[in-house]
Parts: sequence; C-alpha cells; structure tokens
Amino acid sequence: MLAFTLKRLGLAALVALTVSVLAFLLLHLSGDPAVALAGEGARQADIDMVRKMYGLDRPLAVQYADWLWHMLQGDFGTSVYFKTPAGPLIFSKLQTTLLLGLAALGVALAISIPLGVLAALYKDSLADRLCLAVAVLGQALPNFFFALLLIMLFSLTLRWLPVSGSGTWQHFVMPALALGYYVAPAFMRLIRAGMIEVLGADYIRTARAKGLPATTVVFKHALRNAIVPVVALAAVQLGYLLGGSVVIETIFALDGLGYLAYQSITFKDFPVMQLIVLLLSVLYVLLTLASDIANAWLDPRIRVS
Amino acid sequence: MAECRVKPVAVASPPAARRPRPLLAARLRTAAAALLAAGLVASGPALAGKKDDTLRMAYDQAPENVDPYYNNVRIGVIIAANVWDTLLYRDPMTNEYKGQLAKSWTQVDDKTIDFELREGVKFHNGEEFDADSVVYTLNFVADPKNKAVTQQNVSWIDKVEKLGKYKVRLTTKEPFPGAKEYLSTTVAIHPAKYYQEVGPQGMNAKPVGSGPYMVTDYQPGKSITLARNPNYFKESPKGQPKIGKVIIRFIPDRQTQLAEAISGGEDLIMNVAKDQADQIKAVPTLQVVAGKTMRIVFLQMNVQDGGPASQLKDVRVRKAIMHAIDRETIVKNIVGEGGEILNSLCTPSQVGCTAEGVPVYKYDPALSKKLLAEAGFPDGFEIPIAAYRERNQTEAIINYLQAVGIRAKLNFLQYAAMRDMARGNKTALTHQTWGSNLVNDVSASTPVYFGGGADDLAHDPEIIKLLDEGDHTIDPAKRTAAYQKALALIGERAYAVPLWLLPAYYVANKDLSMTAYPDELVRFWDMSWK
Repeated sequence: MLAFTLKRLGLAALVALTVSVLAFLLLHLSGDPAVALAGEGARQADIDMVRKMYGLDRPLAVQYADWLWHMLQGDFGTSVYFKTPAGPLIFSKLQTTLLLGLAALGVALAISIPLGVLAALYKDSLADRLCLAVAVLGQALPNFFFALLLIMLFSLTLRWLPVSGSGTWQHFVMPALALGYYVAPAFMRLIRAGMIEVLGADYIRTARAKGLPATTVVFKHALRNAIVPVVALAAVQLGYLLGGSVVIETIFALDGLGYLAYQSITFKDFPVMQLIVLLLSVLYVLLTLASDIANAWLDPRIRVS
Repeated sequence: MAECRVKPVAVASPPAARRPRPLLAARLRTAAAALLAAGLVASGPALAGKKDDTLRMAYDQAPENVDPYYNNVRIGVIIAANVWDTLLYRDPMTNEYKGQLAKSWTQVDDKTIDFELREGVKFHNGEEFDADSVVYTLNFVADPKNKAVTQQNVSWIDKVEKLGKYKVRLTTKEPFPGAKEYLSTTVAIHPAKYYQEVGPQGMNAKPVGSGPYMVTDYQPGKSITLARNPNYFKESPKGQPKIGKVIIRFIPDRQTQLAEAISGGEDLIMNVAKDQADQIKAVPTLQVVAGKTMRIVFLQMNVQDGGPASQLKDVRVRKAIMHAIDRETIVKNIVGEGGEILNSLCTPSQVGCTAEGVPVYKYDPALSKKLLAEAGFPDGFEIPIAAYRERNQTEAIINYLQAVGIRAKLNFLQYAAMRDMARGNKTALTHQTWGSNLVNDVSASTPVYFGGGADDLAHDPEIIKLLDEGDHTIDPAKRTAAYQKALALIGERAYAVPLWLLPAYYVANKDLSMTAYPDELVRFWDMSWK
C-alpha cells in the first residue's frame, strides 16, 4: 500500500511538472510578455527596458530552470503584474474559489441526488424523461448564459439577489447555482444508473419482501450503495469546479483564483499563472487520491482487495 | 471545457462594438445581452446614487497597482487624474495648457523647462507640496532602477533639480516637444516624504495625492472608494469636486456591468457596445452619453521586402484598396454616433496633426478595379488581414475589398499576438487602432507607425526623417511643417488607409450630469447630480 501510494505521488509530481512546462511554453509562445507588460503605449525602447528589467531577455530554458529552482526552495516568485509575492496573492484568492467550489458541489448534489433517484424509481416514465431534460439542459447550456438568465430573473425581475460582488452569502447564490447546475447532470446520470442496477439486486427484493418501508429501502439500502461512484466523481468534479470557475468568477465579479488565472493569462503574469497551474494540478491529484481512500472506506470490498 | 469560453481581451482596451460573429458562444452572449436590455426595461426604478451622493462606477479591469507609474490600464489613468495632480493641466475643450501644481513655466532652451510652483497646496495626508515633491517624484520614476512600468511617460526625463522652495528645473534627454503634454496628463506628483518612506507598494496600499478626490478605501482587485477632497486648492483649473463619494468596482464581465446598471447597482459604465447602447436608450432610469475618442482606426499595409503580400509593394494596388472602402457608409451604419472619418494618420485633436495637403481617397470601386487591372491583377488576389478588435468593422472592410476582387482572409488575434506578427513582417493588411495613450500630441501617434520603429511597416526614409525632425523641434511652426509634409507623403504614397475615429458610449444614471471627453478620461470632479 505504501509503495503504491509513493508511486502515485511520484507520478503526480511528474504530471505537475509536465503541466507547468507546457503552461510556461504556451504562455511564452503566445506573445511577448514584455509587450503585454509595457502596455499599448510603449515604444520599442521602453519594451526593451521592461524586458531587461524583468529578466525576460534570457533563454526560455534558463527562465524556466530559474523558476523551478526557486520553487523547490519554497520561493514562489513575485507577480510581474501585481509586483507582490505570488504565494500570498494566490492563497488570498483561494478562499473565495474554495467556497464557491464547495457551494457549487452542494448545489450539484442537491439537484442530482433527488432527481437521479426519482428517475431510477420511475424508469422510462414521464418523470424520468423530465429529469433527462433537466440533465441535458444543464449539460448543453453554456454556464455563462445560464448565469445571465439567473441574473435576469433574480436580480433584475425579482430583485432578490445582488448582481455581482462577493461581500455577503447572497453574492454566492447565483454563482453556485450556475456552476453547480453545470456539473449536476454527470452526477444525476451516475446516480440513476447506479440506482437502477442496485434496485434490481436480490437484497433489495429481500428488503422489500421483509415489508420495510419504501423510503428505508430506497434511501438506506439502495442509495448507500449507488452513491459510491458519486463520491469518486465528486472529488474529481471539485477539482474541475476549482479550475473551471474562471468564467463564473468573471461574470459575477468574484475576486477568486479563477479570475486571477484569467488576469494572469491576459497580462502574461507567468509566475502567478504557473503557480496556479501547479496548485490546481496538485489539488486535482490529491482529490483523486482522496476519492480512492473514501471509496475504500465506503466499500469494504475495495479495502479487502 | 468552460475555460475555452473566456473571451479574448486586448491588453489595451477591449472591443467596443461587436455584431456578427460566427461563434455560438458570442451569439449567445449577444442574445443574453439583448434579453437583459429588452426584457427588463419594464422593471422597477433604480436606486438613485443621487440620494446618498455616491457615484457608483464599474470598470472591467482592476489596476495592478494604484500608483500611476506602476499600472498600464485606463482605469489607472482615471484614478490618477482624480486623486493626483500634475504640474500642468490641459483644458479638454480648448486643448490649452494651464498651470496646475505649477503657476507658470518657461522654456529655457530646447531641453530645459523651469517651473514656478504653487504655494499653499497640501497633499491628502497634510504634507505640503513644494519643489521637493516634484524633484523626488520625477527623479524616482525616471530612474530605470525603480522599474516604473509606464516608461513611455517618464523615459524622456533626464533630471529635475530644485532651484528654490517653489522653483524647479526639468531637463529632458533630447529636445522633447511632447513634454508639456505628458506633464499635464500622466506625470503625477507624489508627496516626497511619504513616497520616500513607503515607495510604490506603500503608495498602492494607501494612496496619497493632492487631487480633487482622496482614496478612503481600497480593496485590491475589488473596489476603490474616493471621497471629495474638502481642502482642494481653490486655484486648480480642475475646479472644485461636487459629488461627495465615488465607488469604483471592478467587474470584468460587460454583461454583468450592464445588468448592474439596469438594476441600479451602478451609476456609470463605459465602453458600452453600440448595439447595447441602442437598447439601453429604452431604459427610463438610464441615459446613453456618446462621445468621441482619441482612438484612430486604420488599415496598415506591409510594403516591406519579404512580407506575405508582395502585391502591396505596388502603389496602384495600395491606392486601389484606398478607393475600395466606403468609409462613410461604414461610419454611418456600423461605427455609429461619435465616429468621424479620418483622412490623415493621426488624431485630429493632437497638436501637429493636420489633414491639410493630405490627399483624400473617395470611395470609387470602378477606379479601384481599374487600378488593380493596371497593376496586373484584373481578377484581384487573395491576401491575409489581421485584426484584434471591432471585428464587425473588419468584416465590413473585407466585404468592400471582396467587391473589387481582393479576397481578404481574416486572422483575428489578441493584441499582443497581432503586434508580434506585424513586427515580425508576417502581416499583409493589419486592422490597427491606436489611442495614443491619451497624449494629445502627434508625436504619440504617427511616428509610432511611420517613424522607422518596430511598428513601421513602410520604412520610408523620407517620412522617417521628417517625423524625426518634428519629434525633436521645439519651434512650433517648423515642427508643424515637418509633420504636415510627412502626413501628406504617407497619404500620397498610400501606406495605410485612414479609416475613422472610434466613438465611445457611456451608460449613466439619468440623474448624473456628465460630459464625455475624447481622451476617455472620466473626470469625477467635473460631474454633478441633476
């Protein structure tokens, strides 16, 4: 088990390294960072000055090696755009994104568990078809468009919620809905499939034959087993929610990691962008690891094997 | 992946108008915006900013640092103009220079200007303004060691010396006729003691200037709150601020800004697209203010050796392109109110910019075809066109070129990428826009594209020489003559198609009284409630 974990961790480090090399190359090959940094009004001499000032005139490999060396020593570098240390900058934004990601995951589960169970219980009925429609819509509707529809309804027509910002919990309602609905369909279909399989199992028939109430059969006996793959998916989806909240954060003016990533790409702020990429890939890997452990805990068969 | 839907944003300032785009995402966005505007006209009244004397403004980018020398975004310039003062002031209506922190100035020689400073001016923290403020600030930011990002605003300064408590001498590295322009717009003066103590990072954390508004709260990346400076010096040409409080919030998404304006959450937004501005006119609580900008739009033609389109080396082909585009119709139907046709490659309000003696190319597709046939292209040719904003305008141009047989293939890019391509001699036609960074002097526009630098795709030695002469001549008459000759030659040799000046649309609370100035500088001190 220890060897397995170490192997996984080593692999994860390699993945993170590869991702950071790719991110570094993409950012540098998509335009000159010095031009972006100096702004539109800069003359060539000014750009050259900026390039020299920030060490951008060195070969790419040297710049990357320099970054990696400092990284390994725990020096996360300084944002070339904000001129502040990249580490604290990113961690100060992480809270908003984490909050949003967890809230969205909550929304996704709150939508998908009841609907998934409903669809499985009434397989091929009108209710099932309606649930399918909800899922298809969630998957097909771009989340920024759905977000704008939410703004129209809740902020402009009903005037219940503020349009944008991150000051109060009300500010997180629409972003969490928009983001959560986008990932809900995957859960919903997984729960539906799992429930259908489980509901056909012998032990459920036995439970029913014993005369247990339907709710106990469905929620205690069936759902507990059907939910195992959902836990694995939830961990992976949380990783996706953290990295994928760029658009939603931009729309709702939430000052989180996603918006910072968007800014750092726009302004070629590579120390920040590389650290975000690294952080997210590490988080992703850790969450996947966590989901394996959670699965083992929920399903004794995994533990035994 | 959701990340793929992030719309590209040019570093300088994002696109102002967009209409036909083949992307589904773009269409959905437009549809959503239309829904926002159309469906909600009937909704309730806005929260009036007038009631609590607070002007709420939204802007899409947060400055990376509020210190004016350490950011390169427009909102940074706006904050700087309201929180800080400059030595001189340019009247935005008459373009006349007046003294602001300086009482008067004398041009001693080609490289030296003396300033007599105003007495009794205090910074927001109580520190007194005097020669030390000017000397310390300018020598600090002009020193490359201090890594100011707005190098173009300060790199011309050689040194500043104190001649007395209220007298300073500024020396430029070379004769620099644009000095007054920079000194009246972007070269802000900091309190010397405070700046020395805290530096640019401290100035960002707690900004202190001497301007009509003081920073009372700053949440980096989120918002900045300004309050009226009750002790603002009476002699300032800016006049006294009227509105008590201003809150600028950073909202990256334009649709969200629009929704905020409609819901009454914001009182002022800028850079609104024309089609959205048209729809907003129906919202009873809002007004649309149209204004000119300093941003010129032109089609640059690469005539250098080794470029991707050798056809452009023939002046008849370039003239054919000039005659092929119906600028009047495009301005009327696509560019919109506030747009203005250009005939010369500079912003008309700039000192030294003139259309006198510059040939005007009328829309004449028949002549265009004739010229193409003479040049040996009776059936036209295929050519790439690069663009980075106002895609609908590029598409209109492509249609007109198509009509005379020139099949232009669009390559739509981010600004930095397009600029790299052009500089690498890899573009043929480039749909350029240039805002001169607010500098109202021709040295900030024409020489950038024709002065022999990296962005010059013509490299005409005669024009380069004339522009260089203009850039380094202090005598106004000689200077104007040099620029005029250069601009006429650019026109005669048809190196670029001058198109139009971009308009700007602001959406504001109906109660707000505001003027839109061509320099796109939002002057809070100039605004009031109706």
